[in-house]
Amino acid sequence: MNVLFFEVTLLFYFLGTTLFLVQLAGRWEGIWKLSFVVAGIGFVFHTLALVSRMIEGGHIPLTSMHEALSFFSWALVLFFLVVELRYRVHILGSFILPMAFVSLISAAALPKEIRVLEPIFRNVWMHVTLSLLGTVAFAVAFIAGLMYLIQEHMLKSKHLDGLYRKLPALDFLDELNGKAISFGFPLLTLGIITGALFAEFARGSFLNWNAEQIGALGTWLFYLIVLLGRVTVGWRAKKAAYLTVVGFAGVVFTLVGVILKGQHPFA
Amino acid sequence: MNIIAVGLNHRTAPVELRERFAVSESRLPEALARLKRWPGIDEGVILSTCNRVELYAVVKETAHGVESPRDYLVTLAADISLEQLEPHLYCLDGAEAIRHLFRVAASLDSMVVGEPQILGQVKEAYDVALIHKATGVVLNKVMKKAISVGKRVRTETGIAEHAVSVSYAAVELAKKIFQNLSEKTVLLVGIGEMGKLAARHLIGAGVRHVMIANRNYERAIDLAKRFDALPVPFNQVHHEMAGADIVLCATASDTYVIGPDDVHRALRSRKNRPMFLIDISDPRNIDPAVGSLDNAYLYNIDDLQSQVVTNLEQRRLEALKAEDIVRGEVPPVVLWLKSLEVVPTIVALRRKADSILREEIDRILAKLGPLSPRQRELVEELATAITNKLLHSPLIALKAEADSSNGALFAETAQRLFDLEKELESIAKAQSSGQERG
Repeated sequence: MNVLFFEVTLLFYFLGTTLFLVQLAGRWEGIWKLSFVVAGIGFVFHTLALVSRMIEGGHIPLTSMHEALSFFSWALVLFFLVVELRYRVHILGSFILPMAFVSLISAAALPKEIRVLEPIFRNVWMHVTLSLLGTVAFAVAFIAGLMYLIQEHMLKSKHLDGLYRKLPALDFLDELNGKAISFGFPLLTLGIITGALFAEFARGSFLNWNAEQIGALGTWLFYLIVLLGRVTVGWRAKKAAYLTVVGFAGVVFTLVGVILKGQHPFA
Repeated sequence: MNIIAVGLNHRTAPVELRERFAVSESRLPEALARLKRWPGIDEGVILSTCNRVELYAVVKETAHGVESPRDYLVTLAADISLEQLEPHLYCLDGAEAIRHLFRVAASLDSMVVGEPQILGQVKEAYDVALIHKATGVVLNKVMKKAISVGKRVRTETGIAEHAVSVSYAAVELAKKIFQNLSEKTVLLVGIGEMGKLAARHLIGAGVRHVMIANRNYERAIDLAKRFDALPVPFNQVHHEMAGADIVLCATASDTYVIGPDDVHRALRSRKNRPMFLIDISDPRNIDPAVGSLDNAYLYNIDDLQSQVVTNLEQRRLEALKAEDIVRGEVPPVVLWLKSLEVVPTIVALRRKADSILREEIDRILAKLGPLSPRQRELVEELATAITNKLLHSPLIALKAEADSSNGALFAETAQRLFDLEKELESIAKAQSSGQERG
């Protein structure tokens, strides 16, 4: 059942992505609503997929890379729907939906079977949820940064058409960027702490200096600097946008590394 | 029956002439009352704005219908003869009149295409006419349709989007840098007309904090009072810039007043919060090098002007889409108008009765089996007599009302009661194809 729901979700996200990308190109007033509804339906199926997977497996479905990517995509879409209802920044969908779709289709490519959990892994979901929610926040910061850089370029080059009209104001994007990071950073911190505790519990050591642990610590340190820079010396606006775009590239790199090397108990 | 539009607008008549025809709000009830009594006119709406004075009227006679609304319009101005007015007047009838009204409501006929006021003015003109009972079946429908066409054009095309004046272009830009202008501070340097105008637009868009600097400090204080702003001595400008999100520079100086170093310092003490600098002076007052600083967005008068040109071009393209919408909305209304005429309604009613008669006779004859010619004749006679007697009174009533102002109402009622839509459509089609061939 959960696989069926998953596939329906994939279809709706594909549709939503297409609709949202069409909007980047043209103008058609009615399409915003349609895209929002399609994304919303996709989200409902996605929730059903996650819940039914949880019921079928008997544990929180955050124990494989497939599940993690699916959850990541779910949280992104949830974020978009909430922000869209509250602030009506339609164009956010044109960035978030494609990302959610790519993440979900990567999940589709990975082994989907529900794992039988060894008792030792029972509480790993805490670590995974926190780290993933932190990653979602960084993804949002990345998108806000990307939109900022595009809008910034439009304004500087005085090319005041097309995307310029659709993108929100610079300071809104900068604020979104800042908020996302100050939200994501504590989540990642807690994610790393719970991960370390879990590693201590499962393997007897906090840290064994493998690639993805170094990656995670590097990411943490990077965002710590970005955050401190914003608060103290005014690393905001363009600089913050650049840093978060580059930073998220690092996060994706670490994740791909985890998947490819398969060292993490996860993969 | 026909619908007529007569009037003069910004293209056909100079403002001195339009002024003399303008019907002020207080004069409108009297003008409408007179219109209702005017011979040959059944319904009317007077649209009077600073760019146009128009009368939309429903007249009895289709052929010579234009004359009575035109004669009425001339009386709106005290001492102008028809001969003097004629060259400035346009008179449209039928589909052309409807199309004109729709174009007006869609702001396609405005001086600045896409301007937002006209739709409200059309609505207002209709509401007043409605209150004073100057409208009837025809104009009620046509005016409502015009308003909905105007709305449709506004939502479905970009005709009303994007600034088409320099100061509004500056406001639009400011909104793309700052989400919420009410929390932002504007520093106006110099108090030239352009600067004041742009500042006023920014205040209109929500800006609450304004600082005004001028070489002549007295004048800055004067203006600050009017704008509810804070006067700043000219030598403090560079210092105060750190607190300004938007700097509007419009002095008469022929050298740069603000240089990259000043802005750089301001940005540093603002912790890199973006600054929007607008240079609307000629010669320029802000060193163009400021534009290459991160987080400083410098626009001069030429940049804004070229944005206005782009926007106007865009509006022109959107206007083409709007024209398409208008064109598509006219024919159904014309068809409906035709259906309101009494003669086609009578023809349709007869046709419907005849076809029912034929059908029923054939049905019953088939059931009865072989009959003598005399018997057949009697059956047909019976059916025909019932139909004719039943139709007698409605047809007489329709004919009697054909030329009265109630004609349209009677026709519409008859169409509803006897469900004549299909018949009317085929008559209208036959008519229009006949006209095309003729």
